Amino acid sequence: MALPVRKFDAIVVGAGGAGMRASLQLAEAGLSVAVLSKVFPTRSHTVAAQGGIGASLGNMGEDSWLWHMYDTIKGSDWLGDQDAIEYMCRMAPEVVYELEHYGMPFDRNPDGTIYQRPFGGHSANFGEKSIQRACASADRTGHAMLHTLYQRNVRSRTQFFVEWMALDLIRDVEGDVLGVAALEMETGEVMLLQAKATLFATGGAGRIFAASTNAFINTGDGLGMAARAGIPLEDLEFWQFHPTGVAGAGVLITEAVRGEGGILLNCNGERFMERYAPNLKDLASRDVVSRSMDQEIKEGRGCGPNKDHVMLKLDHLGPDVINKRLPSIREIAIKFANVDPIKEPIPVVPTIHYQMGGIPTNIHGQVVAPDGGDPNTIVNGLYAIGECACVSVHGANRLGTNSLLDLLVFGRAAGNHLVDSQLQRREHKALPRDAGDLSLARLARLDTAASGESVAEVASDLRKAMTAHCGVFRNQELLDSGVARVMELEQRVLRVAIKDKSKTFNTARVEALELDNLIETAKATVVSAAARRESRGAQARSDYPERDDVNWLKHTLWHREGNRLSYKPVRLTPLTVESFPPKTRTY
Amino acid sequence: MKFRVYRYDPDQDAKPRMQEYDVALDPHDRMLLDALIRLKAQDDTVSFRRSCREGVCGSDAMNINGKNGLACITNLKELKEPVELRPLPGLPVIRDLIVDMSQFFKQYHSIKPYLVNDTPPPEKERLQTPAEHEELDGLYECILCACCSTACPSFWWNPDKFVGPAGLLTAYRFIADSRDQATSERLDNLEDPYRLFRCHTIMNCVDVCPKGLNPTRAIGKIRELMVKRAI
Repeated sequence: MALPVRKFDAIVVGAGGAGMRASLQLAEAGLSVAVLSKVFPTRSHTVAAQGGIGASLGNMGEDSWLWHMYDTIKGSDWLGDQDAIEYMCRMAPEVVYELEHYGMPFDRNPDGTIYQRPFGGHSANFGEKSIQRACASADRTGHAMLHTLYQRNVRSRTQFFVEWMALDLIRDVEGDVLGVAALEMETGEVMLLQAKATLFATGGAGRIFAASTNAFINTGDGLGMAARAGIPLEDLEFWQFHPTGVAGAGVLITEAVRGEGGILLNCNGERFMERYAPNLKDLASRDVVSRSMDQEIKEGRGCGPNKDHVMLKLDHLGPDVINKRLPSIREIAIKFANVDPIKEPIPVVPTIHYQMGGIPTNIHGQVVAPDGGDPNTIVNGLYAIGECACVSVHGANRLGTNSLLDLLVFGRAAGNHLVDSQLQRREHKALPRDAGDLSLARLARLDTAASGESVAEVASDLRKAMTAHCGVFRNQELLDSGVARVMELEQRVLRVAIKDKSKTFNTARVEALELDNLIETAKATVVSAAARRESRGAQARSDYPERDDVNWLKHTLWHREGNRLSYKPVRLTPLTVESFPPKTRTY
Repeated sequence: MKFRVYRYDPDQDAKPRMQEYDVALDPHDRMLLDALIRLKAQDDTVSFRRSCREGVCGSDAMNINGKNGLACITNLKELKEPVELRPLPGLPVIRDLIVDMSQFFKQYHSIKPYLVNDTPPPEKERLQTPAEHEELDGLYECILCACCSTACPSFWWNPDKFVGPAGLLTAYRFIADSRDQATSERLDNLEDPYRLFRCHTIMNCVDVCPKGLNPTRAIGKIRELMVKRAI
């Protein structure tokens, strides 16, 4: 069947922080660009980020990008690539000032500069003491940032395709990416969007887990599309548990609560982080705090009738600080936990929050994959940025505030790289004859399947399996049985059916298509985790409790074809400064 | 729990109808969205938008027992049964609880919702005092859910001419920003019998805003500035 085709210089898939920072560069340079989004841009998940953007502005006291770089490398448990980390931390002040110039409503200091607050794992002078580096708009920094970027894109007349879902990449025989097949949700029409460059900014896949701070839309669409097109996924075993999700509800309570002075308590009222991280205490990095909480709960010092959570106390900050700096947190606690944090502590548990791994890229956002002897061969025409990408600045554990920073820095870098590559002067390559066939086959199966399991049921079982087998602490038996369960689930995914056959805004169809992406991410996660026999950052193995730099200081690459793994070295050489060699990681 | 849901699929239905559902809830289900997710597991043809499930993305605005609100932060305990769910009023329905928001966004875009400052930016941030920043509190937090504009009779009658509370709140957000230099053009843009002055301070917007914002007050401030500039 011949599908309608539309041609652009570039298409951006995803209109969150990364996608809209990139599209701004493209629109301002006058390229013809289509930005696709499953939701209206300001509904993208960046909107839910709360605490801040990390940048060494030094507004609150001395700071330097080199300290930020060191903290990020240490936070990554040395799995982060030091060239990318140097680039990000050096660029941080510039992208934050730029965002301020766009109109971002940052909180202010008495001297009129941007207010910065302390955050986990950020320190002065290479770990000496906590530092104020997180540039904040109260506790709704992501909302302020996403709206500011959308507004700036309105000014630049960026062309958005709202409520369009990209289904599959178009790759030709030479492996070049030539665009995507996409579904317009309102009409049910499928179209080929042909482009000289395709940029994925599709976000994470936090919805492969049952308890997650992530929005419903975070289904790893970019990862699924990449995997189906033969592109490997990097370091998917590393998933961040945010220490403070509301117990039972999963809704995020920002680390800014602890940045502003909040503390975690066990059932004895003990500030247990003093034992686990004597220096930074409650502001140690997230993997450390989450493990400590899990340990407290496992050893019977959890709170509540089931002793299954700990308490986040902030009433001692006083109503003024809470109302001024943490107003949304108060709202969330009242609505989702029935407690007013001005008076009572909030029950919290470690909750899935962020995917450190993703589609492998270089610092320009270009997607790279092994070819011949080179593990970092550029995939022509494809870029990835933000949470869907693995550049890798977060390694085995991301520091708070570095995600918004990642979006800005690499959104801009990829945008600039595309502008510099003079796309307007290049011709479109011819589309392969089978362009769109895979997407059409997926849709046809859903349209014709008369009976089968429901999407909700299979997705729910997948989330339960991932939560049970890929939790805070893992071991070989748990992971091996997890691999078996997820591979069984893959078979069930192939047999789901939907009742809704309408063309018009068929959300059941969208959820079924999303399930295809969730399962790829889940497979990559559990298979990569089962193979890595060490503990590093967010991958904590009770059977291999130590980090093993001799055998495992390397990135995992999961290949969908054959469900196999390969590895590539960590780039330990920064761009201009001395390398930070691995050392023991304590906070 | 019992629900009555507005159903309309242009592919199959000649006209809209109300459909009744009885949904078995789990003790952990807290918000209306939790119930809707269960309802959709029963009948996957029921269509609605949703994303963040914590009241910050603005996707799941709908008319709940006669009042606009977000499903994800509407506590089930507050709802009288059967819970009647309808699409936001006054906008064309695409399907079920999903409305076409083009007109709403067109009005938002019409007020130039971005900072205008043509002086070359400094090397660092533009300075703003804490007091100047506080002027933006209660304005920038809008999530564009459209609960307010679709609760406003003036917007129902003139969606093409009246900017509506959400757009006007944002217009004032930029007027109030010490860094913005386009106040005069912004006031010109609103000086019209419809764009601003169709607001009759009915205050439905304030009543329904899920973020507790006050568009009526912002509209009043714009009016004051217009008066000031006229004398």
